[in-house]
Amino acid sequence: MAAATKKYVGQPLKRVEDPRLIKGIATYIDDMTLPGMLHVAFLRSPYAHAKINSINTDAAKALPGVIGVFTGAEVNDKCGVVPCASQMPDLKNPNHKVLAGGRAYFVGHAVAVVVATDRYVARDALDLIEVDYEPLPAVSDPQKALEKNSPLTHPELGSNTAFTWTLANGDIDAAFKQADRVVHQCMIHQRLTPMAIEPRGCIASHHPGEGTMTLWTSTQIPHLIRTLLPGMIGVAENKLRIVAPEVGGGFGSKLNLYAEEALCCHLAMRLGAPVKWIETRRENAMSTIHGRDQIADYEIAVKKDGTLLGIKSRTIADLGSYLQLLTPAIPTLTGLMLGGCYKCKAVRMDVTGVYTNKMATDAYRGAGRPEATYAIERMMDVIADELGLDPIKVRQKNFPKPGEFPFNTPTGLTYDSGNYQGALKKAQQLVGWEKLLKQRDTARKAGKLFGIGISTYVEICALGPSKMMAAGGWEWGCVRIEMSAKVTVITGTTPHGQGQETSFAQIVADRLGVPIEDIVVMRGDTAVAHYGRDTYGSRATAVGGSAIVMCIDKLVAKGKILAAHLLRTKPNKIEFRDGNFFIKGSPKKSVTWKQLAPESYLAKNIPPNFEPGFEASSFFEPSNCTYPFGTHIVAVQIDRETGEVTFVKYTAVDDCGPQINPLLVEGQVQGGIAHSLGQVLFERTVYDENAQLITGEFMDYAMPRAKDIPEYLLGSTVTPSPSNPLGIKGVGEAGTIGATPAIANAVIDALSPLGIRHLDLPLLPEKIWKAIQQAKGSQK
Amino acid sequence: MKTLVKIKVNGVRHEHEVEPRVLLVHFLRDHCKLTGTHVGCETSICGACTILLDGKAVKSCTMFAVQADGSEITTVEGLARDGQLHPVQEGFWECHGLQCGYCTPGMIMSAVELLGKNPKPTREEIACGIEGNLCRCTGYSHIIDAIEFAAKKMAKKGAK
Amino acid sequence: MIPSSFDYFRPQNLDEAVKFLSQHEDAKVLAGGHSLIPAMKLRLAQPGTVIDISRIGDLSYIREQGDKILIGAMTTHHDIESSALLKEKCPLLPEVAACIGDVQVRNKGTIGGSLVHADPAADWPAPILALDAELEIAGSNGRRAVSASEFFVDMMQTAVQPNEILSEIRIPKTAKSVAYVKSAQKASGFAIAGVAVVIFGNQTRIGVTGVAAKPFRASSVENICADVEPLNDIHASAEFRAHLAQVNARRAVELARSRE
Repeated sequence: MAAATKKYVGQPLKRVEDPRLIKGIATYIDDMTLPGMLHVAFLRSPYAHAKINSINTDAAKALPGVIGVFTGAEVNDKCGVVPCASQMPDLKNPNHKVLAGGRAYFVGHAVAVVVATDRYVARDALDLIEVDYEPLPAVSDPQKALEKNSPLTHPELGSNTAFTWTLANGDIDAAFKQADRVVHQCMIHQRLTPMAIEPRGCIASHHPGEGTMTLWTSTQIPHLIRTLLPGMIGVAENKLRIVAPEVGGGFGSKLNLYAEEALCCHLAMRLGAPVKWIETRRENAMSTIHGRDQIADYEIAVKKDGTLLGIKSRTIADLGSYLQLLTPAIPTLTGLMLGGCYKCKAVRMDVTGVYTNKMATDAYRGAGRPEATYAIERMMDVIADELGLDPIKVRQKNFPKPGEFPFNTPTGLTYDSGNYQGALKKAQQLVGWEKLLKQRDTARKAGKLFGIGISTYVEICALGPSKMMAAGGWEWGCVRIEMSAKVTVITGTTPHGQGQETSFAQIVADRLGVPIEDIVVMRGDTAVAHYGRDTYGSRATAVGGSAIVMCIDKLVAKGKILAAHLLRTKPNKIEFRDGNFFIKGSPKKSVTWKQLAPESYLAKNIPPNFEPGFEASSFFEPSNCTYPFGTHIVAVQIDRETGEVTFVKYTAVDDCGPQINPLLVEGQVQGGIAHSLGQVLFERTVYDENAQLITGEFMDYAMPRAKDIPEYLLGSTVTPSPSNPLGIKGVGEAGTIGATPAIANAVIDALSPLGIRHLDLPLLPEKIWKAIQQAKGSQK
Repeated sequence: MKTLVKIKVNGVRHEHEVEPRVLLVHFLRDHCKLTGTHVGCETSICGACTILLDGKAVKSCTMFAVQADGSEITTVEGLARDGQLHPVQEGFWECHGLQCGYCTPGMIMSAVELLGKNPKPTREEIACGIEGNLCRCTGYSHIIDAIEFAAKKMAKKGAK
Repeated sequence: MIPSSFDYFRPQNLDEAVKFLSQHEDAKVLAGGHSLIPAMKLRLAQPGTVIDISRIGDLSYIREQGDKILIGAMTTHHDIESSALLKEKCPLLPEVAACIGDVQVRNKGTIGGSLVHADPAADWPAPILALDAELEIAGSNGRRAVSASEFFVDMMQTAVQPNEILSEIRIPKTAKSVAYVKSAQKASGFAIAGVAVVIFGNQTRIGVTGVAAKPFRASSVENICADVEPLNDIHASAEFRAHLAQVNARRAVELARSRE
């Protein structure tokens, strides 16, 4: 028998993706040029709300190099509305068209589009378009939007309420009656801007002879776009090819079908030439989806020993002015995770979705779950504070034990597996818990504002069972052993930095027993990856990887049949190990893929009824989502005079199940923590009282930089998930979900000796300083 | 009115007639066909467009091509020599210093300048050296690891 | 992202530049470009002609002259940051330079360009005021010198007239008892309250930037904002700016004293 092959799964291998990226020879959307390609630029409303009385495009059209200038009057009836996948019964949908019609309803709303031979000319033409705007009162504050005399974001809808939604399980009234205490806290989850470093962009190309359309677009979801685009542009699904080239970050902001993408397709058809659109940063800040933006009122009924009895939340979700793909669904995901990693028999969440004259919100790294985790973990600290209990003991009191999994939550979920105490203990060991407590004592005695914060979190990802996913939650994969015994893997997921070209190769190399250099992983092109449900919700490896595993199983089964034939025995006498098919008990009688593959393709010596070739494709339908978890422990010190926060320690123990590539896992955790750090300390999307966007550039929207990042101590526990054959839980969003409350809790803990028990995010220096001043004042 | 701009990029002479307003980054990408240098913003913050101009790290989106007439520019495409990666490129590969890769060329060029000025930087000095480069994916830790790796490698090479 | 069209002129010397400037009303001087070009990309500035003075020889220098140091207006922030002469004889300037923007910005941005642009949150005004620098301006009638206190007229407005070009900054040599303490606007890195302190014998000179519409000299740490109206925006309220000015002034004075 040939030697055992090397094992790749579990190794921190460097990525196959990297050579092209570090050499600068990868192809992102703006790197592409097609013959005859034209350039598109959008004129966008500077008003949050305005009637559009007229648009004069004559001067723009006359500019040399301009091919066409179009307004809503010319394109809106030729294109469908931007799709929203939510199926809420009472959802009021303003039906967002590709360009503004008679009314612009958010700053950045596209009112006209220029197509020109050159991108500089297209930009010049924008300045020549005259729009007669009549400003209307704008709705900016979502709470005020619900008041009786508020102006309306969409007058035709009659109200600013988009929907109401309730999740209720267990006897919440009884829970609150039995409580020793009801702990109450209002919280704001501020609006955030995803700010992927590559803004959006696309190239649409129509092939009139075949009636087909190709759309290259910086997207996370080529397959979902292929499903949704026919409704907007009238080209059938099987005549559409959607390609995600190299994509420079998404974080949920490219988990969507945008008006611009559909409009570019329409223009390509209309003008008979490929059209390219590349977003500016300001456009990205104004008209790419925003994240979070919930105002919530939490009440938790507790026993005086800290046992949770019931959780209530009344939430106002500021949806912005219209609906993108998942806008209304996001706050419902918050509801699903309301109880966090705690036992609690009764929950009730009431959400009111509100329209304001802002850009639409949608999924942004965590998509509703960071809100839930932040809320419950903040509340656990508030509960501990009110009851005079230790914040760790309060959490431990309510943990389900490892033996209680699968664990049914009152929100209707079944957590697959978990060991919350295990992660917590490991994090405490890693950080040196007792020493840290002493360090805090010493610092406080010296008059310093020193705080320790923890979060014990669980999150829901690896979306998911198709019953809960609007367009299905399965994933598709294909594995082909070529005649040369090289391997081609095709995934229906769409990685854009997550590294599946490497991690999937690791899985395949181990399971097929082939050298990893012989494997190529392809993704992102619907003409190549025929089916898929793409990348979001930390699903690619758990769900997509499982589809690959199914393919491998099929190939191995097929391999056994051919091997048996070649070795002149029966298939049930064949064993497969490390790439070798051998007769049980006679390992010297073996064949490898190198022998099987050409036999199968040349098909001169195959058994009867044996299909030539070695290709298998599979759809993996997950039985459940997965539930990664962990503990983050953070220590900070605050400069009393300036309100600046400095990290003293950052420890995280995350459990995403078995790790295919620990280097990639670490990268996802660190990247996620950086997003949280931003959210807690300085990131916010600011609209003023007239719904004017203030944070429209990196000059005003603060982004984490290298200097902001603490030194991490990272660890992990491994608790496999029963939800998929790899046992993997997923980790793309876990860092962001776990870190936010840990950092926030640390800052509040630092301020707690002053009697401060809660401050809303972001914890800006001025906010911290003002709280300190107020506390001083009230102590007098 | 267009002017003839002559710039040596990665050792190759490029001459193109461009309007004075053409940004250096567009000259490199659209005229020299070197698309490794990226655009991420328009207020000179993100650093994705960083190149070396006469050896110094500069944001190519904040220059007109005409200003660079007669100068020598190195872009990320010009770092590898005879198929050998630059130690900084190696460091990014070894240490998973990139995920989506979009900020990476600019980040690499800033790192090259940093190590040219300061061959043995501390982690804090590295963080300061890349203050002008935003990354949304990695959270920077692995980037700092990558640059430390490169520094060690370059020190070994230099010692030989 | 894309500026509007303009004509481009590259003068050979300063006189040529000044002459051209007087003949073209809507011309703007291009130095390092890191104030002008971002404004042009957002089309907030749309000059008809851009006069590129970066090739004029001998506008970039740092040299001693008696008890002063002369700095050419086109000297980059980086060159100031790394100047051995300044570190030795006027260490405040390298300290401030290191706080400006980031590495790439410092490689290209110039002290002259930044001063004339007069962003109320730029760093240079604070040390220029605290040092009581003298600024030389080139115009069609030759050169004239203006004191730092006369230089800053209003927000984004200086004593440099539309047909003039700042040519040189003259600063006194100082002891080591200097310091710059800055609270930065988190997104842009510009100053919310940047305080430069120079201790000359028993005199403490305080220059403040980022706090008000124009930078100012403060007479004391305690009443640092007595004569100004601090700015108010989403990054910091007037109250917080005033508070930070005082905190940073106090810290800068302590730091400067500790370096004596």
